[in-house]
Amino acid sequence: MKRLNGYDVDRVGYLMVLPYIVFFLLFNAYPIIFSFILVFHKWNIISPMKFLGLENFRFLLQDPLFWKSIRNTLVFLVIHIPLQLIVALVIANILNQKIAARGFFRASFFLPVVISGVVITILWQQFYSYETGLFNTILMKIGLDKIPWLISTKLAMPSIAVMATWKNVGLYIVLFLAGLQSIPSSLYEAADVDGATGVQKFFHITIPMLNPTIIMVLIISTLGGFSLFIEPYVMTGGGPINSTLSCVLYIYKQAFYFNHMGYAATLGFAVAFIIMIVVIIQRKLFETEVYE
Amino acid sequence: MRKALFYILLSLIAITFIYPFIWMTSASLRPEREISELSPISRNFSFRSYITVFNRIPIGRAFLNSLFVTCSITISVLFLSSMIGYALSRLHFRGRELIFMVILFTMMIPFQITMIPLYVLMVKLRWIDSYQALIVPYMINAFGILLFRQYFKAFPQSIIDAARMDGCSDFGILYKIIWPNSIPALVTVGILIFMQTWNEVLWPLIVIRKTSIMTMPQMVALYAVGGQAESQIGPQLASAMMLALPIVIVYTIFQRHFIASMAHTGIKG
Repeated sequence: MKRLNGYDVDRVGYLMVLPYIVFFLLFNAYPIIFSFILVFHKWNIISPMKFLGLENFRFLLQDPLFWKSIRNTLVFLVIHIPLQLIVALVIANILNQKIAARGFFRASFFLPVVISGVVITILWQQFYSYETGLFNTILMKIGLDKIPWLISTKLAMPSIAVMATWKNVGLYIVLFLAGLQSIPSSLYEAADVDGATGVQKFFHITIPMLNPTIIMVLIISTLGGFSLFIEPYVMTGGGPINSTLSCVLYIYKQAFYFNHMGYAATLGFAVAFIIMIVVIIQRKLFETEVYE
Repeated sequence: MRKALFYILLSLIAITFIYPFIWMTSASLRPEREISELSPISRNFSFRSYITVFNRIPIGRAFLNSLFVTCSITISVLFLSSMIGYALSRLHFRGRELIFMVILFTMMIPFQITMIPLYVLMVKLRWIDSYQALIVPYMINAFGILLFRQYFKAFPQSIIDAARMDGCSDFGILYKIIWPNSIPALVTVGILIFMQTWNEVLWPLIVIRKTSIMTMPQMVALYAVGGQAESQIGPQLASAMMLALPIVIVYTIFQRHFIASMAHTGIKG
């Protein structure tokens, strides 16, 4: 038997990883390489590919709908991320006290996380409905005007962002709860000796110690924002006037409504590039040295 | 006093998370004209909306499709990903570290890049409108491999050696000896994959157009958008209820495991 770093080579190892190698070549390597070829071509799947050079990229830079979809995603993130962080931090801090029925509360906040986005969207569409929606019914009951949640170009994306927060916040509560429980109590005791107030302890101990969790939440939410699809697809179809057109919905439309495969692939690369930049900026801005 | 305040606050928040589902359940059972009412109580409960759904779309078929696809993928991921995780953690062969790096790399590629070429691949394989298109690209899960690899690293080498001495093959060691001792890892991966697959909707929308192969989320989404519901809210909510129910049932049974699995990994559904 051959030897490797002093061990016998386990031949069966090759057999066991073989499925992964086939899987990788077919569903990872091939798509990435093919995608890279596609971005230089015009192709509607049926007729032969036509070489375009960098034409797709030139078109992309001047494509108002692409920039609109990026802008919409940023609008989504600007509302979704702070809302999410604040709500999750507050609830996690309350749950971290010694309270009865913690398990029940945690489970109820977590319920929307496990349920399909399709269900959540259909449900919230009824809440947001202008004429018969639950929110407007409540507003009317207390004597206020109806709000055009999904009809207004200004409010549609923020409405979706609020819904997404409601759906996902349970996960972040649980993540923060785990983070809070890993903070050594000696830090708080030392602060108590120095006479620190609750607010001081929160901002000088809790927040810095939770920094890794905050970064993780930031990145997951950012990826979520750039992957937003089913919510606008079901709720608004990207409207009104493209104000909820998300990146993935735009790629989907280019590919499957118009058969612009080359351009859709270009959009995919561009979105991935922008995700990368946004994540790098976030890390630069928010990552701090935890142990001072 | 402070405690009481916390309880009131928590209960209010809990209501905002639970009440919408109670309202949905009730609204799906109420006649159309009562749906916009805030209270969940009505004297006119009936299954009429559900009957409408069954008459309009083959939702029973979609349920079976979803069940078949979800179970196939979950079982496949458990067997294959654990096998690969075992090879990467307990066996010695050339290229092992390279494969590990490749797996880490593939996890960083966003779906936005591979979505279009994957669709093209399905076209070339003539898999559009087939179960293969729904199942095969998800049969191995990179995250699952990493989790199993990590978990299996802690398994005592002496037991593996003893089993080898008794002439047990590596497949036997993995599935007969390590599996029964790795229930938490199997449950974690199983729950995550089951939930992700059950709720997946973008990929089915891309590769399936034939009604008879559609999964449940896809069919319910198309029913809500496509005008088949004729803007009737009751049937839309009834179809959403049927889509949510299986996950809610599994969630109530395995609630602790769900939360632990997802908190552990930070993966969304």
